[in-house]
Amino acid sequence: MNTMLNDMEELVTPAPGVVVKTEPVVIKRPVARHFGHLDALESEAIHIMREVAAECANPTLLFSGGKDSIVLLRLAEKAFRPGRFPFPLMHIDTGHNFPEVIEFRDRRVKQLGERLIVRSMEDSIRQGRVVLRSENQSRNPFQSVTLLDAIAEFQFDACIGGARRDEEKARAKERIFSFRDEFGQWDPKNQRPELWDIYNTRVHPGENIRVFPISNWTELDVWEYIAREELEVPHIYFAHKRDVIRRGTGLLPLSHLVQPTEGEKVENLMVRFRTVGDMSCTCPVESPAASVGEIIAETAITRITERGATRMDDQTSEASMERRKKEGYF
Amino acid sequence: MSAIESISFDHSELLRFITAGSVDDGKSTLIGRLLHDSKSIFEDQLSAITHTSQRRGFEAVDLSLLTDGLQAEREQGITIDVAYRYFATPKRKFIIADTPGHEQYTRNMVTGASTANLAIILIDARKGVLTQSRRHAYLASLVGIPHLVVAVNKMDLVDYSRDVFERICEEFHVFAAGLHLKNIAYIPMSALNGDMVVERGDKLDWYDGMTLMDLLENVPVDHDINLEDFRFPVQLVCRPQTEELRDFRGYMGRIESGSIRVGDSVQVLPSGLTSRIKEIVTYEGNVDEAIAPQSVTLAIEDHLDISRGDMLVKIAQIPQVTKEFNAMLCWLSDQNLDPRRKYLIKHTTRTVKAMVSRIDYRLDINSLNHEPAETLKMNDIGRVSLKVHQPLVWDSYHRNHATGSFIVIDEANNNTIAAGMICAAKDQAGSCD
Repeated sequence: MNTMLNDMEELVTPAPGVVVKTEPVVIKRPVARHFGHLDALESEAIHIMREVAAECANPTLLFSGGKDSIVLLRLAEKAFRPGRFPFPLMHIDTGHNFPEVIEFRDRRVKQLGERLIVRSMEDSIRQGRVVLRSENQSRNPFQSVTLLDAIAEFQFDACIGGARRDEEKARAKERIFSFRDEFGQWDPKNQRPELWDIYNTRVHPGENIRVFPISNWTELDVWEYIAREELEVPHIYFAHKRDVIRRGTGLLPLSHLVQPTEGEKVENLMVRFRTVGDMSCTCPVESPAASVGEIIAETAITRITERGATRMDDQTSEASMERRKKEGYF
Repeated sequence: MSAIESISFDHSELLRFITAGSVDDGKSTLIGRLLHDSKSIFEDQLSAITHTSQRRGFEAVDLSLLTDGLQAEREQGITIDVAYRYFATPKRKFIIADTPGHEQYTRNMVTGASTANLAIILIDARKGVLTQSRRHAYLASLVGIPHLVVAVNKMDLVDYSRDVFERICEEFHVFAAGLHLKNIAYIPMSALNGDMVVERGDKLDWYDGMTLMDLLENVPVDHDINLEDFRFPVQLVCRPQTEELRDFRGYMGRIESGSIRVGDSVQVLPSGLTSRIKEIVTYEGNVDEAIAPQSVTLAIEDHLDISRGDMLVKIAQIPQVTKEFNAMLCWLSDQNLDPRRKYLIKHTTRTVKAMVSRIDYRLDINSLNHEPAETLKMNDIGRVSLKVHQPLVWDSYHRNHATGSFIVIDEANNNTIAAGMICAAKDQAGSCD
């Protein structure tokens, strides 16, 4: 006891009655209350968003109208209501988006009463910052240019994004708080160690952090959360009849960007999208799943990865995502 | 919708685990086997590694290719850093922190271990308990992972011998007795052939314990956090200042441990001011009670000056509030510890300037001997005395991981350079290692 009293003198005593505990830890079981994996993932994401809001000077949240960023918005509501979001939303518009998704994006932003910044690749092309080989070429890889320009324009020091580690091999190795140098580049061999859930958010001017609050979620978790929270998603996620063309191993939606070439025929199939991105390279899958419940059932037994099934641009080489991320893609 | 009911994941729990093994212990094969036998490998992934296996001239599909991540790693045939993998069974969702076992093992394993509920230490049945196995066990103990599985792998190469298995268990048990490891399970297995991973196989009939998957699905995880001491580090102050909420002032944060009810008396540290909980606000509406690890917003009765970095605690459960304490440091940077320099410490939601006033010892991780040291280098572990500019509100790491852990940041380049675990107040004896 004497040594303990001596030690007490070293304490900055906050108030009378400070007790130095040395007895072994006794853990009482809590009142029975179920805290499932979605609750755990949700609480982790809310904690992450609040750290960004508290420590970053000028953050933004990337909202595309896709399911992952729809989940991010609900998490932001849970993190910051009854207050307003402490950051604007931003969309990098490739100009090749599905019109339903853009309509949904604007409606959702209006419902929330939050601010949306849209920066478009068309502008980057007009300014000569992006040079495409052909008008119909996939624009996904070039989003980085517009994104980096927007980060510079608004001097964002943190961009919250909806990427998940289960999507792709390179993402599996990325931190939740992922540091980017002044060129917006990711260096996979030189990442900051990330311990417990103590996040290092510090950057020098010109550098930024990409933050992925749903890093630990899988495609199935996202759909289960959409079901639990009764979140609206764009209609193209549900089964519908659509004109498509078989190309390589996937289906491509017929549009002004994708027309049949010689030998290809247009089919009208029951399809749904698992991701919504650039129309020229986002492939729907054949599916009869017309509700969130049916999508969950299908996702739980599906045998093909989300990007494997739906993104032509990720199939060009085993390292495509890694290369794009190094160049500044989120 | 019977299809959904039969595969409902709604009420499954989350288990995070780490795999530690030396080079060639079959760690990648084990993870590949877990994913494959639990049907968590997708067809396109399987076909990609089948092609690669054929191209490299292997007879069977090399499951270890599943966990080879980046182009740089594939070219050099090594694993960089920590990779996270996900799989689920109807009972649980699993997150694997896959850490390589080569030179950077300490840095990587401590990183992966910091969030883990369970560690699997792989031992090659032919080689037995190696120096590396001891290091892995020590690190699991240091970081306080609640459950440990000793996976004695490659049993197929020792004729599935019970004697070999038992000898290894005995040797490990003797060594582990000196560590803070509470729950250790021993499982003989062949990850290559799939024995005792998900399926029991027919070669290990003498073993009547659980398969690895049984254990992963059933090990209790709900008491891995301290449920006794209420700790609420304030992340943000919410002041909407709208028409209807003009006077609302909410403290946003995550309950790191313990629980809280409306009406409970709380103390704000380090100021020492006291008040009562008025409201527990969540997006779904106000609640009467909240428990770790929920993220909530708390409103209190009195108008006090509270900001980020402050901690709310219950009056009967006061933590320590000091400017000086001892901690174990795991050094993560290639720039050595310089006791003349000031560093930053981020602890809960508080970031403060800090100095290392003394390096008490460096730990020889092979012999576990304490050695005098002038500095700490990358992958070194040592005990130091720290002095911080503003008081921290803490518990010992042993008692409470959330309020006993911190990171050290180099202000010059903003890198995270060390992981810290608080042992005790200055000059107070406290076991850390």
